[in-house]
Amino acid sequence: MNSSAATSPVLDALPEVKPDRLPLLLLPVLALVALPLTGSFSTWVTLTFAGLAMGMIIFIIASGLTLVFGLMDVLNFGHGVFITLGAFLATSVFGRMSGWAESDSLYRNLVAMLPAMLVAMAVTGVVGFAFERLIIRPVYGQPLKQIMITMGGMIVGVELIKVFWGAQAIPLPLPTAFRGSLLFGEAAVEKYRLVAVLVGLTVFAAMHWVLSRTKVGLLIRAGVQDREMVESLGYRIGRLFVGVFIAGSALAGLGGVMWGLYQQIVTPEMGSQVNVLLFIVIIIGGMGSVGGCFIGALLVGLVSNYTGFLAPKVALFSNILLMVIVLLWRPRGLYSVGNR
Amino acid sequence: MKAPLLELEGVHTHIGAYHILHGVDLKVGHGELTVLLGRNGAGKTTTLRTIMGLWHASSGGVRFEGEDIHARTTPEIARLGIAYVPENMGIFADLTVRENMLLAARSAKRIDDIDSKRLDWIFGLFPALRRFWQHPAGLLSGGQKQMMAVARAIIEPRQLLLIDEPSKGLAPAIIQNMIVAFRELKQKETSILLVEQNFNFARQLGDQVAVMDGGRIVHTGSMAELAGDEGLQQRLLGLSLAAHQ
Repeated sequence: MNSSAATSPVLDALPEVKPDRLPLLLLPVLALVALPLTGSFSTWVTLTFAGLAMGMIIFIIASGLTLVFGLMDVLNFGHGVFITLGAFLATSVFGRMSGWAESDSLYRNLVAMLPAMLVAMAVTGVVGFAFERLIIRPVYGQPLKQIMITMGGMIVGVELIKVFWGAQAIPLPLPTAFRGSLLFGEAAVEKYRLVAVLVGLTVFAAMHWVLSRTKVGLLIRAGVQDREMVESLGYRIGRLFVGVFIAGSALAGLGGVMWGLYQQIVTPEMGSQVNVLLFIVIIIGGMGSVGGCFIGALLVGLVSNYTGFLAPKVALFSNILLMVIVLLWRPRGLYSVGNR
Repeated sequence: MKAPLLELEGVHTHIGAYHILHGVDLKVGHGELTVLLGRNGAGKTTTLRTIMGLWHASSGGVRFEGEDIHARTTPEIARLGIAYVPENMGIFADLTVRENMLLAARSAKRIDDIDSKRLDWIFGLFPALRRFWQHPAGLLSGGQKQMMAVARAIIEPRQLLLIDEPSKGLAPAIIQNMIVAFRELKQKETSILLVEQNFNFARQLGDQVAVMDGGRIVHTGSMAELAGDEGLQQRLLGLSLAAHQ
């Protein structure tokens, strides 16, 4: 194919591409501000690790939620039920493998933990599929009904969980190898928090890889920006959405296991309690942005732990305050997606 | 006589409570470029969106290669070989030019899977795309975005292109590149249905013309006939070619 087209003389140079790293700076700035306030370096290290661990678990749970909103404008207030379900499934798996979980061997502990995570992800993924088909699909494009019906779905889901596991709280003790703390000088860092940070980083890296290196990831990123155009290019965004919903539900199930182990107790209400935090995180991050969700979750984790230590009364609304401050700075969240 | 590639027959489209198309009849032949002209609000964009399945016809028939497609979904219609460039260009601003193009090439999993000759041809038509290959598409100028939107539609061979006002806001040199691109596509038997307000641009490309008003086709014929008849232009479009030159 030969073209006789003239080279255009009117091509202006583009502005240099500068990645927006300003929101990333919020994390070290927040940590540095907290350092003198906490009084001692060791306390600061402990609180910072606790905050990062909490943030990572919230990220695991919220990442699917932000993509679900980004792709189809679906406000799923029922996301919390997958957290609860994942945590209760973990109690059952751990119950059957208590010998392994209570063993002194790290290997045996991991063998107990891995099936708990896999079972939780598999079951919540399947339940997520049913949830999307039965509850969300009939109310596409109807935000008010979505809020009502997904909240209703969560209430029903929690009641069903009570039918299977009872209404009482169930202890979910950490496997033996993850109990206790590691000492860095005078600073004590709980072993499980390190595990949570590692799992969170792994999930983030995996999501980043899928979103930036695969065509499915490209489709998800494009769909979050303009789903009508994705369909006009010949891709079935409905199927993509179902896939993302299932993955998001499975991640919430994994997050439920992590959260249950973090609290070491599982209650039927735990999902609805975390729900508020999830929405704060995805609003702070920018609806539909996984990177924003990651930073938002870490900010929420750090702020919760610092204020919980420094001013417990403020801790009750510290995350709302954080959200207000971020939105005053960037009204569409840290990383706005497309035209959102 | 060969059946038209695309045929609309008595198409009515409602958007909510509004009745936009009132029985549109339109044919696009194989390898032909048909220009859809008309004033703002005449129903041109709605016609393209109805063909693409983005809005469904409430009655009437839309046939592509003789097959009724009016009840099909947008992805199904696109997979039949119809590409659509909307008026707002529909670019993915947060993705790079490269990623936008990869997405448009449905059969390619990686950029290396795209036919390199075709890519070179596109770069020849729209050099800016090569230059800004790794840049986020949102940073491109309006003209460059338009080039990318058209390039995306032609990155793989398609039978029919539906293009909504491609010359809008473009510099004359880029419009000239578009004309070259569309002529080469026509030579390759690609049919094009072009919505256009720029009559000079349309006149250089069109084989056939259809003029819309009030959600109906009020005139069909050859572009040569319309371009050569000032009275007809005045009557149908409220303009004359002489006034445009």
